[in-house]
Amino acid sequence: MIAVTAYPIIDAVILSLQRSDLRFPNATKFIGLANYGHVFSAPVFWQDLLHTVIITVISVSLQFVFGMLLALAMHRVIFARGFVRGVALVPYGIVAVVAAESWQLAWSLQSGWIPKLLGLSGDPLSHTFGTYVAVITTEVWKNTPFMALLLLAGLALVPDELQEAAKVDGATTWQRFVRITLPLMKPAILVALLFRTLDAFRIFDTIYIFNQGAQGTESLSMLNYNTLLDRLNLGLGSAVSVVLFLLVGLIAFVFIKGFGAGVAPGSEAEQ
Amino acid sequence: MSQHRKQVSGWTAAIIIIVVFSLVPVAWIVFLSLKTPATATDGSFIPHQWTLSNYSDIFNAGIFTSALRNSIGIGLISTFLAVVIASAAAYAIARLDFPGKTIILAVTLGVALFPQISLVGPLYNLWRQIGLYDTWPGLIIPYMTFALPLSIFVLSSFFREIPWELEQAAQVDGATPFQAFVKVIAPLAMPGIVTTFIIVFIICWNDFVFAISLTSTTAAETVPAAISSFPGVSQFSVPYGDIAAAAVVVTIPVMILVLVFQRRIVAGLTAGAVKG
Repeated sequence: MIAVTAYPIIDAVILSLQRSDLRFPNATKFIGLANYGHVFSAPVFWQDLLHTVIITVISVSLQFVFGMLLALAMHRVIFARGFVRGVALVPYGIVAVVAAESWQLAWSLQSGWIPKLLGLSGDPLSHTFGTYVAVITTEVWKNTPFMALLLLAGLALVPDELQEAAKVDGATTWQRFVRITLPLMKPAILVALLFRTLDAFRIFDTIYIFNQGAQGTESLSMLNYNTLLDRLNLGLGSAVSVVLFLLVGLIAFVFIKGFGAGVAPGSEAEQ
Repeated sequence: MSQHRKQVSGWTAAIIIIVVFSLVPVAWIVFLSLKTPATATDGSFIPHQWTLSNYSDIFNAGIFTSALRNSIGIGLISTFLAVVIASAAAYAIARLDFPGKTIILAVTLGVALFPQISLVGPLYNLWRQIGLYDTWPGLIIPYMTFALPLSIFVLSSFFREIPWELEQAAQVDGATPFQAFVKVIAPLAMPGIVTTFIIVFIICWNDFVFAISLTSTTAAETVPAAISSFPGVSQFSVPYGDIAAAAVVVTIPVMILVLVFQRRIVAGLTAGAVKG
């Protein structure tokens, strides 16, 4: 397993230090950090980083709010609990490409019902704002159930007696939520946010299906794909890969060290 | 009583919102798949003219049936291999105390969160050199790589809950070690293994990044990749109905798994992740 993962990672690092372009196979040579210089000095890299950050921050925030509401509903609902949980899991079970197709066809003026419902005359997918709204809707719809599941597991750890005691002491529902539920759920919340942030940061499928990164929605993964497989520039593409990998690592590090999110089942320390 | 009634109507409203939120996009793609080509672009949510021709279209076109065969084959083989290997690894992690156990789990988690796209370039290059590009093994190997860590992660949190003393108890009662394992431990481990199998299969079935990058023809192209490159009748017409029908077909198996094993999947996905 380590061989299969380690080889491509090491190969990516080596390739990123070379001039390696499949269109000019004979011009391969070691060029040190020049590819990284290219990446960091290219406006497209910074633009794509910005697009990725915008999509990640907005979609994960919305997923957190909706996921929390959904988790509370799944936790507290007084009847039809199995039904609610089953239905809520449907978007999780949908193949990512299918979710993207469904929303893309729904938003498109050509085929969709959303422009008609909103009374739009232009195609929302023909400009940046509309495309962002559509892409983020897709991401939020698809991933809220997973967020809700992780939060639900945390919610189950909050003891009912504590809630009852606070209720007796006259705490309002909101006070109980903010002062008791949220602090006790903190580990679950951090893990859920960590998982979803890392995943959102790698966004590829949805954008590929929508427009392959047109309308100013090109994400870093999309840039990575285009450089590698469209332009066949392995050296430069690998440099983007390594940078993307380091950014993902940085996000994980900030979450784990900065906020103390702990994820390690089976380790004795956290039991 | 009126307090109770208020609660009931409140929850009914909440449930309706959840149902609409979850099911509208699914209903939409199903309805779109049932529209005739002439009405596919009329923008109505519910079809005016119903037809099943989109489904017969895609099953008569070679590209979809071969993609379906690739998806099922590659998905099942990758999942089977990943779960078998992961079971052994998770067994070791759960049963044996050895130094660096936490490190192994941390590394596996690190791999699971690795940006897949970062591996695509080197793999593309290597696969073309050694002839694995556009073949089944060419997808099975990366799928296993990503499925293994997650499988180990989920399985070891299941295995941790198994009361291993039972194995010794059975041996005291005269069972051989093999009998103890097969008759006592295996049945207890089965739910975890089945859950892991389902979760991993869903991930392989869903994959798009590797499928679009490492395949190019019907030899290995899976359904998600095929859907994204569905040919229209002409270059300028989008085959809405066909895309929608293919989307529905590829969704059905996963949907059945999710709904039937709902409780187990929830347990598997959240086990371990949230035990701080």
